[in-house]
Amino acid sequence: MYSQKKLIVSHAPFIHDGSRVNTRNYHILLAALPALLMGLFQYGIPAVGVAALSVSSAILWELAINILRKSEKTIGDGNAAVIGLIFAMLLPATVPWWFVITGTFFAVVVGQQIFGGIGSSPFNPVVLGALILFVGWKDYFDFNVALVNYDFGFDAIYPLTALKSFGPSGIQGFTPGDLLMAKQTGGIGSTFGLGLIVGGIYLIIRGIIRWEISLSFLAGIFITALIFNIVAPDQYAGPMFHLLSGYTLIGAFFLAPEDSSSPVNFIPMLIFGFVGGFMTILIRNIGAYVDGVLFAILLINLLAPIFEKIRPKALGKVD
Amino acid sequence: MIKKSFIGLVKPRIDYTVLTDLDPALIDVSKPSQVKLLLESPLEKVNGELKKGDLLKTGQLVSMAKDVFATSPVTGTVSGISGWAGDFGRSYTAITLDVAKDEEFDEQFSGTAKEISLESAIRYLSAVPGSPPLKNFKHPDVDIHTIIVNAMDEDISVTTNQYVVQSRLKALKSGIAAVGKFTGINSIVLVAPERLAAVASAAGIEVKVVGSQYPSAQPKMIIKNLFGQVVPAGKKPENLGYCFMSAEAVASIGNAISTGKIPTDKILTLIKKDGSTTLVSVKIGTPVAEVFKACDIEVNEKDRVVFGGPLTGSAIYSEDHPILPDTNAILVQDKDNIPLVSNYPCVNCGECIRICPARIQVNMLVRLLEAGHYEEAATSYDLHSCIECGLCSFVCVARIPIFQYIRLAKYELDRIKLAEAEYV
Repeated sequence: MYSQKKLIVSHAPFIHDGSRVNTRNYHILLAALPALLMGLFQYGIPAVGVAALSVSSAILWELAINILRKSEKTIGDGNAAVIGLIFAMLLPATVPWWFVITGTFFAVVVGQQIFGGIGSSPFNPVVLGALILFVGWKDYFDFNVALVNYDFGFDAIYPLTALKSFGPSGIQGFTPGDLLMAKQTGGIGSTFGLGLIVGGIYLIIRGIIRWEISLSFLAGIFITALIFNIVAPDQYAGPMFHLLSGYTLIGAFFLAPEDSSSPVNFIPMLIFGFVGGFMTILIRNIGAYVDGVLFAILLINLLAPIFEKIRPKALGKVD
Repeated sequence: MIKKSFIGLVKPRIDYTVLTDLDPALIDVSKPSQVKLLLESPLEKVNGELKKGDLLKTGQLVSMAKDVFATSPVTGTVSGISGWAGDFGRSYTAITLDVAKDEEFDEQFSGTAKEISLESAIRYLSAVPGSPPLKNFKHPDVDIHTIIVNAMDEDISVTTNQYVVQSRLKALKSGIAAVGKFTGINSIVLVAPERLAAVASAAGIEVKVVGSQYPSAQPKMIIKNLFGQVVPAGKKPENLGYCFMSAEAVASIGNAISTGKIPTDKILTLIKKDGSTTLVSVKIGTPVAEVFKACDIEVNEKDRVVFGGPLTGSAIYSEDHPILPDTNAILVQDKDNIPLVSNYPCVNCGECIRICPARIQVNMLVRLLEAGHYEEAATSYDLHSCIECGLCSFVCVARIPIFQYIRLAKYELDRIKLAEAEYV
């Protein structure tokens, strides 16, 4: 009575739009390349070493956890590679090898894997890893010390240190054009403003990052910095400087919109980004640290579930 | 099939297929040698009214369990009665009939056809092509005031009901009159895509135009967009007094009343492996293998055969599966073209939130459902608001079977409710 032919029986829907986690991650890697390549060009072989070690060690940490957990090997999805690459983009080019490996350990293992892997991290793994290193070994993150042996042909003081130490008069040498074209010191992949903007716009157009977060983050920085600047122009730098210096752009396009640690509803995304920008400027202008992007993002990650409580009413919801 | 566009920023838009061909070809598969009738009752619960070797005439009523009615689509002898397993643990009784050479019509229905009462309509017309939910009019808890005749099909790529409106307008019109007469309900509205709405309206049928973007023709969306009411979560359109019937069902009723013979040929849309579609007219109960033979479709090991459309259908496990009165579409997929689900966790990308027509927090919902916390999912994350369109799974980057999780959760909650009610 029954034919012997076996059919695949599964559940609806029977079609899919073809998107996958790994293509998503590969596109993030692609979008990060312009800024990274500029950094490699600028800082030479040490930067290549840091970037390569960071990506490979991040992947190996995930593999180690996969093996320990006896779970499926997930390193092919590009998630660890993205963490490693973006982590490298934050670092100074001259950090020692153990620093990189420790950092990727905190990012991949502590920041993500112990929470259950991809999609489960309450904080952006890169930000968490970088901040643990920053708090633990502050001197390695001092760009002025780290890059002292380089001769760039432009003012080699880290712009935000200059601002902190000398006020707006100390940063007159940095024009927006210079900042956009990587004529500033900083992390390997976080100085080339134009490259980061191009990468960010690519990710926004492809729908991989959520534009609401990036734009509201930048708006938060711009508006807060503008208010400070208007109130006391001799003490606080203008908004354009804040937009193009430090980790602002890499934060707006690669750190804040990270999937698992950010909200997904429209209004929460706007608040999330804006608070991030606002806190960044508060820390930069009146806090103790030179750059506030990482701390601000960690803070909004923490607040994301609260923001997410603002959500649209579902169809037919009975109160 | 439909793929994500390069510009992922814009919200994906999926449209129903709107029938534009004014005279599409209809392949006829109405001469099976064997048919199978599925009764919605498990084998243990049916009475012994029919036995192996009994003769059934075309249109003869088969009533082997309380409130379960079917009419024989052919004249033939019963060659077997067995159990049949369906989706979500449903079990049926399958009656296999060997089709006789000469067709003989049962006269019982034709005598009463002109002045049919609601009771006999439920008995004789519940299993006509299109499967009208006539029992709703007798249900003690619901009070239907409007019948919505849906000319748009429930899924993309399917054009069955649109074809019926286009080609059987007269039967549809007489069906609307007949349904109005035996139910006593005057408010009967046809919901149709723009072109067909114009055609039907010219024929004097009350019409509302439905948009072509999926899932605007889902019952709850129709009530929200065209009737300005929202069905509360967990309730059905019937609870608000709306009863949905497919255009084909109404046309079948019209045919039955005017000719005195119960229609037995089901129209369905066959979606082939390459995505092209054909309309087929097939005798109810015909094994699906016969349809494939007539349409030159080769089904191989590990292919997938689906009853229903690509977003909401259900896969079948055997080519012996009979065509049912509500089989509006058959989808065949080659084994190389089957997108499989994965065991990846949610990465929180937000695609499902952007596309969900019911504005459900799908990302949170799926976390609870994966952990089996169905009750919390229902109370805190709007499980019962889901209109079951399948779009969340369609766009899921991690390829989580979200839709199946939702259906499973609803099924489990219903089971708990039922068990508790029995215990009390």
